[in-house]
Amino acid sequence: MPSWSRFNIASIVLGFAFLYLPIVLLVIFSFNESKLVTVWAGFSTKWYVALFHNQGLLDAAWVTIRVSLISATVATVLGTMAALALVRYTRFRGRLLFSGMVYAPLVMPEVITGLSLLLLFVAIGFDRGFWTLTLAHITFTMCFVAVVVQSRLLSFDRSIEEAALDLGATPLRTFFEVTLPIIAPAVFSGWVLAFTLSLDDLVISSFTTGPGATTLPMKIYSQVRLGVTPEINAVCTILIAFVTIGVVVASVTTKRREVQRQRDEQAAFAGR
Amino acid sequence: MKSLGNIRRSFTPWADPQSKPYISFKNVTKKFGDFTAVDDLTLNIYHREFFALLGASGCGKSTLLRMLAGFERPTSGEIILDGQDIAGIPPYKRPVNMMFQSYALFPHMTVERNIAFGLRQDGMPKAQISERVAQMLKLVKLEQFAQRKPQQLSGGQRQRVALARSLAKRPKVLLLDEPLGALDKKLREETQFELMDLQQQLGLTFVVVTHDQEEAMTMADRIAVMSHGKVVQVATPAEIYEAPNSRFVADFIGDVNILEGKVKSADNGRVEIASDDFTVRTLSDARQSAGSSAAFAIRPEKLRISRTAPADPSVNASQGEIWDIGYLGDMTVLHVRLPSGKVVKTSMLNAQREVENPIGYDEKVWVSFAETAGVVLRD
Repeated sequence: MPSWSRFNIASIVLGFAFLYLPIVLLVIFSFNESKLVTVWAGFSTKWYVALFHNQGLLDAAWVTIRVSLISATVATVLGTMAALALVRYTRFRGRLLFSGMVYAPLVMPEVITGLSLLLLFVAIGFDRGFWTLTLAHITFTMCFVAVVVQSRLLSFDRSIEEAALDLGATPLRTFFEVTLPIIAPAVFSGWVLAFTLSLDDLVISSFTTGPGATTLPMKIYSQVRLGVTPEINAVCTILIAFVTIGVVVASVTTKRREVQRQRDEQAAFAGR
Repeated sequence: MKSLGNIRRSFTPWADPQSKPYISFKNVTKKFGDFTAVDDLTLNIYHREFFALLGASGCGKSTLLRMLAGFERPTSGEIILDGQDIAGIPPYKRPVNMMFQSYALFPHMTVERNIAFGLRQDGMPKAQISERVAQMLKLVKLEQFAQRKPQQLSGGQRQRVALARSLAKRPKVLLLDEPLGALDKKLREETQFELMDLQQQLGLTFVVVTHDQEEAMTMADRIAVMSHGKVVQVATPAEIYEAPNSRFVADFIGDVNILEGKVKSADNGRVEIASDDFTVRTLSDARQSAGSSAAFAIRPEKLRISRTAPADPSVNASQGEIWDIGYLGDMTVLHVRLPSGKVVKTSMLNAQREVENPIGYDEKVWVSFAETAGVVLRD
């Protein structure tokens, strides 16, 4: 156990302050009585109340949630399929090119992805709105799912699938009864990742959306340009709360499962 | 339970030209790119036989098993199972089940559901499935573990679940890929005999792949020794051990001393080979002509060590010096250095707890053997 030197303590305080000070400020000022964001005038939850009467913000939130749910789900299906193809069929021609192309959007500047999608929609005459937005989100989140699922599949024992085939399950049934249940946690993490990425995307959304389909990040951004209001702080605080709960629940369940597994193994070896 | 000795002793379908093989590999070749894993191999396995494929890793034994299961397709040649060419049949339609080296249990299912998996695929009625599962659990003595998940079981228990799962569908042939490889030595020895009894009880054909010669010798009716994609010798364990057909088999199975020399005379099955330390007089049906080089293989336990020269002058004998002694409990291994400098391995059973005046280091001894104790290798 390393001792708590003054230097260590200073590093930790500085590091965490750097990461969380802005967020903490935002949360604090969302409970500010005053309309002035930078002046504290006492505790109040009135901005949260106001929030639920702001139809524009509520609409944007609803659009965002629908886009994120649909795009994350479709991206998970496509990304899982891509990951399976890349891991399983290692000998087809052009595999390297194909895998490179699946990952390219990971490092592609969002502006370029957004612009190219916009050009495509204009070229084929697709009216921009909710569905173009959803398609664009599927496009850029799919590769993240592929990466997550692929890393799980690399450590997958193929003989488990062979055993299923050997016992009479067709390849399709093998996938749904054996492969999918085993890789389900990775597929779920991929879905959560796609959902969060879609939830807070601003750049690609701005390029590909049309009238009547404004997402929450776009709404917030446009309102902030007119000046930051405590109402925005309140929205952001709610978002932060959501994300925090999600992360905590996910890590607690993972930890629990790990502990359970270790206990099982110990029990097995003790009571052989 | 009734003794199975008599059944086993009289079981020799391979010696009967009338009996039809149950599994036939006919000129089977399997290539992976430039690498030839199985090379123009022909092999017959009979109904109810316990057959072992033995060889070092990479010799093609696992590929052969995987071709039987349907995971690999032969590049050329035919595989006949019970009169039917199965080369084009996918694994999920073959009447063959496999027990995997890693056991390959489904981690998200209980023991019970693992065993029922194959039966559910066949659409067997529920009541019948639970009856069969109960029967299988009883067979492998895991009744109280039915609701456990695989990770809640020890290695030995997992091995038995894998066995029960692969037997549940009552396959025509059970394939076992290194079935005992992951078990510790004690458990492995127990399980070898359990598997043999099980195979006799169920009357199934077992094909087992192993690199462990002791395992193959203990369990199998016949063993195929493989090397570089070819079968070097197929025979019963005793034949393989006592009459290896080549230097490779002699060397691969057990310990052996090989005496090199030139044939001095050969007539009517009697051969005399002049090697450095011995003039080996032995019997051989191989055609040997005087002057050709020959190799004579003899197992350590068939060499006799004595302080005095053997009385019978017809016995092959040479003097030597004790070089090394290894005490193994049940027996003692003695390395004897012969006048030419060659060191031969011998072993003596420790039949008595205390030996009076045991042979010690650097002692001068005689090494001798009877003319039927070894074989001339055909190379």
